[in-house]
Formats: sequence, C-alpha cells, structure tokens
Amino acid sequence: MRAALASLASAMLVIVIAATDLVGAQEAGHVKVSKGTVQIERGGQKVPATVGATVQSGDVVTTSSDGSVGITFLDNSLLSAGPNSVLAIDRFAFDTTTHQGAFESSLQKGTLAVVSGKLAKASPDAMKVKTPAAVLGVRGTEFLVRTGDGKE
Amino acid sequence: MTRAVSLRRLAGLASLGFLLLAGCAKPARDDLYVLLPGKEGQSSGAVTVESGGKQAILDQPYEAARVKEPGRVEPGTVTQEQVQQAFGSALAAQPPRPVSFTLYFLENRDELTPESKPILAQVIAEIARFPAPEIVVIGHTDRVGTLTRNDALSLQRAGRMRDELVKAGVDPARVRVEGRGEREPLVPTADEVAEPRNRRVEINIR
Repeated sequence: MRAALASLASAMLVIVIAATDLVGAQEAGHVKVSKGTVQIERGGQKVPATVGATVQSGDVVTTSSDGSVGITFLDNSLLSAGPNSVLAIDRFAFDTTTHQGAFESSLQKGTLAVVSGKLAKASPDAMKVKTPAAVLGVRGTEFLVRTGDGKE
Repeated sequence: MTRAVSLRRLAGLASLGFLLLAGCAKPARDDLYVLLPGKEGQSSGAVTVESGGKQAILDQPYEAARVKEPGRVEPGTVTQEQVQQAFGSALAAQPPRPVSFTLYFLENRDELTPESKPILAQVIAEIARFPAPEIVVIGHTDRVGTLTRNDALSLQRAGRMRDELVKAGVDPARVRVEGRGEREPLVPTADEVAEPRNRRVEINIR
C-alpha cells in the first residue's frame, strides 16, 4: 500500500513537472519582420528578435526608437509594432484542431497593428488586447492601437 | 526687404511659440484606437474599446476612439493620411498574410492532376515571398478504399508535395507534413464513393 502510494505520488510529481514544462515553453509565434533594435525579454533575459526567432507566451517584445517588428502567431494572427513600443504576450493558447483557445496581449506603450486570426474567428471572446487605459475586445478584424503616457 | 524677412522671422517665432504651448497643453495620454477596412474595403468586423466602465464599438472602416484619460472614450473617425502618420511604421512591419493552396490528385495515386500541376509553381513562388516561412502540407483522400490505406495514401501525397518543394530549394526543416486520410472530406460522401475534389493536398504558408 505504502509502495503504491509512493509510486502514485511520484507519478503525480512527474505530471506536475511535465505540465510546468509545457507552460514554460509555450510557443506562440515567430518573428517575420525585424528592423532596427528589437528585443525579446524572457525570464529576465534579453535576446535579439531576429527574423525566425520564436515568440513564447509570457514574452515581452520591445522596439527602440529606430525599431519595428512583425510577428505571425500560430493561429495566423499578425501583430506588428512600431518604434518605442513595449508589447507583452500575456497568454497564448491555440488548439489547431478546434481553433479554441485564448490570446491576450498588452501594448504598454507605442503603436500596434493587428490582423486577427483563427482564434478570434472561432470565438469572439478569445482575443483581447490591453493598454494601460483600455481593454479591446476583438470580433475578427484588423485594427490599430496607439498608447503612451505622453512622456516621449 | 529686411522688413519682410524680420516679419517672416517673427511669424516663425510665433508659430514656434504656439507649438511649444501646444506641447505643454498636450494631455498626458492620447491613446488612439482605429478599425481598418478589411478586404475589398468593407468593414472587417468590430472592436470594442472599454475604458473605466465606458465603452465604444468600432465597426466601420476608419472609425476611431480616443482615450485621453481612463473612463473618457471619445468616438470619431480618422483619415488614411492620419493612419499613415500615426501607424506607418507598425503597418510597414506587418508580416505577409498567410495563404493556402489546394492541389488535386489522380485517383489512388500521388500524382497531381494536369490542372493542378501549374499550381505547384505558384506555391513555390509564394513561399519565396515569406520571411522564415512555415509550411504545413496536409494530405487527404476520397472514401474509396480502407481507412488504413487512405491514411497512408494521404501521407504519401503530402510527402510527395514536400519532396517537390524541397527539390525547388525549400528548406525541409520548414515543412511539416500531415495525413488526414478520408477523415476530412471537402465534399461529404457515402463510403466507397470516388470524389475527385476529396483527393487533395492543402499547402498552408505563413
């Protein structure tokens, strides 16, 4: 009985570790366009956002005053940011079979152009874009966002 | 002459002063949200803008909302020129739109129909347009034959297309191949019905 419990406990531990690993390495999209200085912040580290680089759930993408970046996500959403922008990919989950999931991002400052993809098409509440002042709900569409505190 | 120059200079100074004043009077926040037209210029859907309990719905092309402070959502419209001025760099950085092709096959074979052969050249040209392309090739069959046989045939068709792309110089690491057998027909039919439109491969590029 004790042995059975112990093996159950270790099996559960393995599941927890596997699940954490999955969340940690969630691939969301890829950089397709990168001009000037563009960086991806992930777990306290900064890496250059070169063309082909993977963007994960939890990443923060920043552009310098001469930078701009374009990202294609796994559901075919397209997000592109202009100079002096800070874009956080808060959450990205996409089931390639059912097209269900969630896509939440926030533009902390700068400019953003969005073409929504399969997630927003499948369910109207799946995609949200936040700024420090507003929350945008997306019903399958193309739109633009500019936000900032006016200090630049 | 001298007078004209000094007057002009004065005017210049005045407008500079105006700009400075305008700069000081500029609100701390000047958020702008704009709905763009979709394909063929019609509305592309809708965006709701919610700020501090206030909401605006943008559902017409170039309809816009400004938020100068949370809870103050001002509706309006913008011109294409204003869009270019405010969002030109972001729009210029948009990745190419993902595209999808369907190619058809001869019965029970991994050979393209004569009509579909030229499409393959289009697919190859299209891939070249994409930076760091991701290509997904999905094979299908009609419902003639067993499930197992059709699973294998669909994968064989997709694999054949991958080989053609690689032959044309596409990096094999960028191509993913899937076979769906007879499970996802384009045209639903009863079992054992020969249907040319179901003997196909989809090539998705993004």
